Amino acid sequence: MRDSVADIALPIAALLAALLLFGLFVWLGGVSPLEVWRLLFIGAFGDWFSWQNTLQRAAPLMLTALCVALPARAGLIIIGGEGSVVLGGLAAAALPYAVGLPENLIGTALVCAAGMLAGALWIALAGALRQYRGVNETISSLLLAYTAIALFKHLVEGPLRDPSTLNKPSTRSLGEALRIGGIAGSDVHWGLVLGVLACAALGVWLLLTARGFSVRVVGGNPRAAQLVGLPANRIILLACALGGACAGLAGAVEVAAVHGNANSSLIAGYGYAGILVAFIARHNPLAIIPVAILFGGFGAAGSLLQRRLDLPDSSVQVLQGIAFVLILASEALREVDWRTVREKLMRPAGPQAPVATARERAV
Amino acid sequence: MTGEMATAFLAAIVGGALRVGVPFLFVSLGECLTEKAGRVNLGLEGVLVLSAMAGFGGAYLSGSTWMGVLVAAAAGAALALLHGLLCSLPRVNDIATGIALMLLGTGLAFYLGKPLIQPQAPQLQPIALGGWSDSQVVQAALQINPLLLLGLVLVVAMTWGFARTRWGLLVRLAGDSASATKALGYSVNGIRIAATAAGGAIAGLGGASLTLFYPGSWNEGISSGQGLIAVALVIFARWSPLRCVFAALLFGGAGAIGPALQSVGISEGYYLFSAVPYVLTLVILVITCKPGSVARGSPGELSSTK
Repeated sequence: MRDSVADIALPIAALLAALLLFGLFVWLGGVSPLEVWRLLFIGAFGDWFSWQNTLQRAAPLMLTALCVALPARAGLIIIGGEGSVVLGGLAAAALPYAVGLPENLIGTALVCAAGMLAGALWIALAGALRQYRGVNETISSLLLAYTAIALFKHLVEGPLRDPSTLNKPSTRSLGEALRIGGIAGSDVHWGLVLGVLACAALGVWLLLTARGFSVRVVGGNPRAAQLVGLPANRIILLACALGGACAGLAGAVEVAAVHGNANSSLIAGYGYAGILVAFIARHNPLAIIPVAILFGGFGAAGSLLQRRLDLPDSSVQVLQGIAFVLILASEALREVDWRTVREKLMRPAGPQAPVATARERAV
Repeated sequence: MTGEMATAFLAAIVGGALRVGVPFLFVSLGECLTEKAGRVNLGLEGVLVLSAMAGFGGAYLSGSTWMGVLVAAAAGAALALLHGLLCSLPRVNDIATGIALMLLGTGLAFYLGKPLIQPQAPQLQPIALGGWSDSQVVQAALQINPLLLLGLVLVVAMTWGFARTRWGLLVRLAGDSASATKALGYSVNGIRIAATAAGGAIAGLGGASLTLFYPGSWNEGISSGQGLIAVALVIFARWSPLRCVFAALLFGGAGAIGPALQSVGISEGYYLFSAVPYVLTLVILVITCKPGSVARGSPGELSSTK
């Protein structure tokens, strides 16, 4: 119980501290922190227009965060989700080049499936390199992401380019019938529902199914997994493929719902922001939903900060960086035995009994 | 391809290796020092971008390039120091912290560097080594970055330092066995923090070389993952500063293939060639890593090779 309180309290405290530090940072640059905090809130959650913008950004974040969280539950730190996003988007846009698609929901589903397949293969490759060749998956996934982006640019500006796109090289646009539309006429598209469903389904899968449990065992205690004879390689590859499929779906949804075709706007850093979201959610798929909405909101507020206060567009990135550092640092507080600290404060004089944390640190 | 074109192409590759390889050399030396002490710093990517911005800003504001180089090293050391301190906290993982610092470093650099995108800062004066040749292209290719010489001096100093000095021995001790270090009465965290910060300063020189020599301007796309490739380069170089030189030149050369082809009029597949360093790194990792065993020459306490 104490653990689950800390699970929620520590990230919230770290986020508040990050907002405080960010305020201090902009104040040093001569901008009022109160105004920044106010605009962050208004730009993210102030009115329906902001909410639409926020939710539109939250949808891919949920999916890319899953691409970090699922492998992490199996014990792998994958940070190359961006590669799956761009390849997923590319596969979705390229599918109509290869086959004729039915102009209905099935066609849309096929487009999404192509994106998921491309994304799944890409991350599973990083997982396979680690399991079968001992290559560090953090580095390889990132190298694969850079390779994917190069491949994307080559194909979009070369073989797959729609000749009529002059200024911004793009693939041919998906037919109207294949697009993913807004929910009830708003700018919030059905991708958000897909994101929420994916988080919920995978959360339940991890928590309640035997396969999901085996993923947690392999990630939590590889030795125990080996002893009970779990097929670690297969389980890890499954977790990677599922995560990659989510990131690929994010790319496909961005293409089918937002851009209409694959172009360089797809390389927007959702893969990297997803790392942060997953870490703050402690790799819990259900917790990813609110965290993704919060960071989608910060992203949405970024343009408002830029317009109203003339802050650089990267100010949100600074906020994200500070938040990430503090979230990780807050883990150290988990070790603190608050009861001992309180007793210490109550009785400042006299010799102290050795504290548990000091002993553990010395081990 | 005519003979003249072949010369031009080769000169462009060699010149590219020498120009593009210098930042690779510094980040891999910085990472090498950090990892010798037993920590991985993925945040060197952030260090590189931040120091590139700081070096450019320092040179622009002070009017002196070498002032810029100093500022870059200091900025790199500061961000790496943060990494060292954070990783010394209990329950804090160095890989995750590195990712966080990558985000923070690039964010800070883009934020603070916004006003530096337009102006032109004074540049490092190249050392011309191509005087022996009549060919213009060869002369252009052998315009050496003065920081390269500094890097080579560092390589010698580090090789000697690790082998012969008390400090070098302590760094290696902390990297190979934390418990032995403790038993001898030294602070493992202290040594690692110092090595990480020093590694950041060295990587900062790589940042300075990006904005003060080649490409020689500040923009948000200044680094394309050199700081991360460094981690793989160090594995490839088996934690030896000397082998880092060859690794860095190899990668510089690989990265120069695309621009070299473009310089002789072949622009087909430009983006594919830009991916060569990444694919090459992957291939090298696949060849050099073995499942279930620790890489040869690896410090015993390293989390990336366990």
